[in-house]
Amino acid sequence: MRDVAVVGFAQRQMPEFDGSPTCVELLVPLFAECYEQTGWSRGDIGFWCSGSSDYLAGRSFSFVSAVDAIGVIPPVNESHVEMDLAWAMYEAWLKIQTGEVDTALVYAFGKASAGVLRRTLALQLDPYTMTPLWPDTVSLAGLQARAGIDAGAWDERAMAEVANRSLTDAEKNEYAIRKGGSSVEELLARPMYADPLRKHDCSPVTDGAAAIVLAAGDRAREVRDRPAWIEGLTHSIDPMSMGTRDLTRAPSAARAATAVDLVGVEVAELHAPFSHQELILRRELGLAGDVRINPSGGALTGNPMFSGGGIRIGEAASRIWSGEVSKAVGHATSGPALQQNLLCVLGATTEGARN
Amino acid sequence: MAKQPAAVVGVGQTHHRAKREDVSMAGLCREAIDRALLDANLTLDDIDAIVVGKAPDLFEGVMMPELFLADALGAAGKPLLRVHTAGSVGGSTAIVAASLVQAGVHRRVLTVAFEKQSESNAMWALSVPLPFNMPVHAGAGGYFAPHVRSYIRRSGAPNHVGAIVAAKDRQNALKNPYAHLKNPDTTVESVLASQMLWDPIRYDETCPSSDGACALVIVDEDTAAASPNPAWIHGTVMRSEATTAAERDQVNPQASRDAAAALWKQAGITNPVEEIDAAEIYVPFSWFEPMWLESLGFAEANGGGWRLTESGATAMDGRLPVNCSGGVLSSNPIGASGMLRFGEAALQVRGAAGEHQVDGARRALGHAYGGGSQFFAMWVVGSEKPSN
Repeated sequence: MRDVAVVGFAQRQMPEFDGSPTCVELLVPLFAECYEQTGWSRGDIGFWCSGSSDYLAGRSFSFVSAVDAIGVIPPVNESHVEMDLAWAMYEAWLKIQTGEVDTALVYAFGKASAGVLRRTLALQLDPYTMTPLWPDTVSLAGLQARAGIDAGAWDERAMAEVANRSLTDAEKNEYAIRKGGSSVEELLARPMYADPLRKHDCSPVTDGAAAIVLAAGDRAREVRDRPAWIEGLTHSIDPMSMGTRDLTRAPSAARAATAVDLVGVEVAELHAPFSHQELILRRELGLAGDVRINPSGGALTGNPMFSGGGIRIGEAASRIWSGEVSKAVGHATSGPALQQNLLCVLGATTEGARN
Repeated sequence: MAKQPAAVVGVGQTHHRAKREDVSMAGLCREAIDRALLDANLTLDDIDAIVVGKAPDLFEGVMMPELFLADALGAAGKPLLRVHTAGSVGGSTAIVAASLVQAGVHRRVLTVAFEKQSESNAMWALSVPLPFNMPVHAGAGGYFAPHVRSYIRRSGAPNHVGAIVAAKDRQNALKNPYAHLKNPDTTVESVLASQMLWDPIRYDETCPSSDGACALVIVDEDTAAASPNPAWIHGTVMRSEATTAAERDQVNPQASRDAAAALWKQAGITNPVEEIDAAEIYVPFSWFEPMWLESLGFAEANGGGWRLTESGATAMDGRLPVNCSGGVLSSNPIGASGMLRFGEAALQVRGAAGEHQVDGARRALGHAYGGGSQFFAMWVVGSEKPSN
């Protein structure tokens, strides 16, 4: 495999974006930041790939307008996934691995506030047997949290600890839209939202966008002294059916973890839109007790749909660039109750990448 | 590491119809998948990863349907990707699947593209009013008719060339057991006598609206060794350009010309009209055959395309048979239409196209486009392993 690294990352997160659902106005400054970080211009990008959802935008072909943000005259080598940024990055990584290109800029966007997100996401379910009942995302997550509590896999205190740590860490993240830790006791005293979930157990509805730049070999080294080399990139999916899954587990996350080497990971940015889902992921990934989880504050403090997963990878990469850590993992999820999971292991040297 | 060779060893498609009320979305996809796996002599257990493609989710009314379909598609426990690049998506999806093998990440990849338009209302899905956007209210035909008129004006094409294409493709469809439209009586005269919809596009010059799916099995060199007739991938390309810009040439878009040039270079082809034995070109309205023939470099710009079509060169027995399957004009499950072009090209070089086989086809083009003639996906497949 070729040595490929994350060398650029830019993000925006906000409670309500005052602009169009195509988010073109958000994307243009993000690309400018990526050019500034890399010293490149549009012509240096070998491949473009975006992630977004037509249902979030309330229209067909929402990505078609978004390519205007690139300025696609002359034409570009470009693709789109109806998935999170992390999977757009996966497609770009593939393209670089084929040897066709050496660089890629991937981006994703979503204006979740344009509709009622928890109802919009109900349209992701089985249209014949589930969607007609309109079970919304928060309620489904509540069922999952309750299943874990009943099984003794976690309790409300463990969930509150996740939320408190996240809200405390978010104070240092300028993009987080919910921040401010207090104490586990204080959080547990707050009212229920979707029993056993309290508001702070659920990621806030977030608008936003993000972009990641990938580069191979020397193209990466010319951009940064410490590129975040991709040591492992893998993903897997489980069946959706809520009635037949053990909701306290995420087999696809565990399977992804077996395909990469997580030994020595110092930081894990986990895409857990609900507090108990972080507990599931920590177990499935088998992360050691000293692994720092979500120093950015994680999805509980800001979760823009379709870029929330990729942002975890960008946050993990930032900590490699800064020299803070030498090995980190970024995780992304998609689908109800952790149905689909992706892991991206990043390291400060190419040795791990070659293993 | 250099790009790994990849080949198509299985092609499957559904019987395309206006409404496939006998199957669910999962059933529709499995009909294509099961045929592709049978053709490849593999089972779902042999498959490493799955790549799904379809056009807008509003066409079925389900957000990211691959999530609920994951189990039925055999993706449980495996990586699943979902591609969406407008009308070109069937082609783009096949290219992403091929890149999984070419990158050396997986050895056996299944890709499926589908559209079940009867679940929803495609016309409605395309007509959601958008803030700050001029409503077209014309459907795809109304959108493309001015481009066709512009082509006719530029090239001096006689009015019946579109009808020649429509009659040819509908006759070709009679040889394809999976085709949606089966109109044995279609002739140039009958096409010219059909209702004018969007001048100069007549009713019989438009594609149908279909339910359908297409699936391909794409494998590495070792796996392909077990296949009696792999279709080797000689080149793939994707290009995109803007929807609206004053300097755009929408009749012969630069993204299309750039894509073709890159594709022929990759495949080592210098004279496409001589070196390509069969072409499956995305022609949703008849006039797009001569338009794309020029843009792809099969003929001179501003007139070479219609002359090639008028001469009969694009017929089954012509110099460059185009859309022997009946093409998009005979079956159009939108999200799958591009993959059908890619799959039919593979069938031709595998000698497996049945009644619509071009004798001795060795290299074939699969082509798809989407949006406002702005997204392009193409591949060249061959019966021989590529030398590059």
